[in-house]
Amino acid sequence: MELGEIYPLLRSLWTVWFTALFIGLVAWALWPSRREEMRRAARIPLDDQR
Amino acid sequence: MQKASPASPMGYGMDAEQPYIEDVVRAFVAATVFWAVVAFLAGVYIALQLAFPALNLGLEWTTFGRLRPVHTSAAIFAFGGNALIGTSFYVVQRTCRAALWGGPVPAWFVFWGYQLFIVLAALGYVMGYTQSKEYAEPEWYVDLWLTLVWVVYFMIFIGTLIKREEPHIYVANWFYLAFIITVAMLHIVNNLSLPVSIFGAKSYSAFAGVQDALTQWWYGHNAVGFFLTAGFLAIMYYFIPKAAGRPIYSYRLSIIHFWSLIFLYIWAGPHHLHYTALPDWAQTLGMAFSVMLWMPSWGGMINGIMTLSGAWDKLRTDPGLRFSVTAVGFYGMATFEGPVMSIRQVNALSHYTDWTVGHVHSGALGWNAFVTFGALYYLVPVLWKRAGLYSTRLVAWHFWLGTLGIVLYITAMWVSGIMQGLMWRAYDEYGFLQYSFVETVAAMRPFYMIRALGGILFLGGALLMVYNLWRTAQGHVAGQPAARAATVQPAE
Repeated sequence: MELGEIYPLLRSLWTVWFTALFIGLVAWALWPSRREEMRRAARIPLDDQR
Repeated sequence: MQKASPASPMGYGMDAEQPYIEDVVRAFVAATVFWAVVAFLAGVYIALQLAFPALNLGLEWTTFGRLRPVHTSAAIFAFGGNALIGTSFYVVQRTCRAALWGGPVPAWFVFWGYQLFIVLAALGYVMGYTQSKEYAEPEWYVDLWLTLVWVVYFMIFIGTLIKREEPHIYVANWFYLAFIITVAMLHIVNNLSLPVSIFGAKSYSAFAGVQDALTQWWYGHNAVGFFLTAGFLAIMYYFIPKAAGRPIYSYRLSIIHFWSLIFLYIWAGPHHLHYTALPDWAQTLGMAFSVMLWMPSWGGMINGIMTLSGAWDKLRTDPGLRFSVTAVGFYGMATFEGPVMSIRQVNALSHYTDWTVGHVHSGALGWNAFVTFGALYYLVPVLWKRAGLYSTRLVAWHFWLGTLGIVLYITAMWVSGIMQGLMWRAYDEYGFLQYSFVETVAAMRPFYMIRALGGILFLGGALLMVYNLWRTAQGHVAGQPAARAATVQPAE
């Protein structure tokens, strides 16, 4: 199979790639072990010392 | 700190570290206030022209067609743009704990370069030079200049992010960065054109026909999405937590909010081209993505408003914060209305009517202007090192005048727009159109007067703000003699 033949198939699947990428991002954001990291990030504007 | 600089000679720094650059932020704040008044004044004037056409004075320079882009560009690019660039310079330094990349010179170039862009654009409109692309009216020479200014702006912003001391990039900066990059892309592509001559203003677009229309509304809607939404959400994500003294309700939600907005917004443009030569599938695509935008919009609204959870009393004591939070409410309302209007069958009634104008203003006045007012009321005392505002009572007056103005504006436009749409599509029993066009114009006149009144109230509130911020910057406090005016010395 040549690249020119698979390209239209891959292109037609772009919504699938984007959906997978987006689900990955959501999972990353909601991952339980990131709770403390997120809590700290949210305080960045308030922890401004000067 | 290897970048330690000598004690700040200009007085803006507070410690031995490289001081934050605040002079240019102050200049942007002043420009924001100035252009706000220009934009609102131009809006009131052309609103009155619609009710009283003789006000165009019979001169080509003051006709509605030429002043309307002066109003929209002054509101979006001059008022909104100065607010965005100024707050981004402020926020990126404080959340990165780093001074602006390149120091004051490139930042001042962006300031004066951007003001020149505004003046060149406005002069062109009044003189009759236009590309006839909505929100992209400036001709090629202005576009080239803005591109240069914008690239320097991008370099300052990304350079500051790269040299940051804070390991994490705070979410407001993500929104600012998305705004800067996407606006650059939209501006360059939609303005691809060929000048007729090197010394003439006239140019021809690289696109024609339906491709031109689709490129234009890909630009136009994403100007709403990335200039008026992403950029102002950055303001929300910094200034609401700061004014409320509480972290954002959910940082995780802010990340999901960001990425869903980025993934969805860019496809929504075709909803401006329902029932045109644009292929049906593209119209449906634009409509589907617009409806999906409900989710990130409301996610963001919940995140902004719920930040006050447990601190609702602050709304009573801090009228500046009241502006910010009401703005988020208007954001939720406008982003509910928008997807509804993007549905093709609804659009059949609403398109080309005043309903669209009302929708835009519930976003522009309610969301963009109010969130900017909230940020200004926070920023001016901080930047001018004052203990507080000159008068919080005046802020409350501004708030109610502005809110009443918006309510009059959008309700008048709802009634007028829906009436207009219904009159246009009404048939009599023989299948003839029931109303001539001029009958619909006459029917709209009372609503144009109510709209103009709403605009006058909004402008009046803004003038109170100008006075209040001026006195604040001077160090005055209402009810106190000037000699005893409270100032704060820079802390530690």
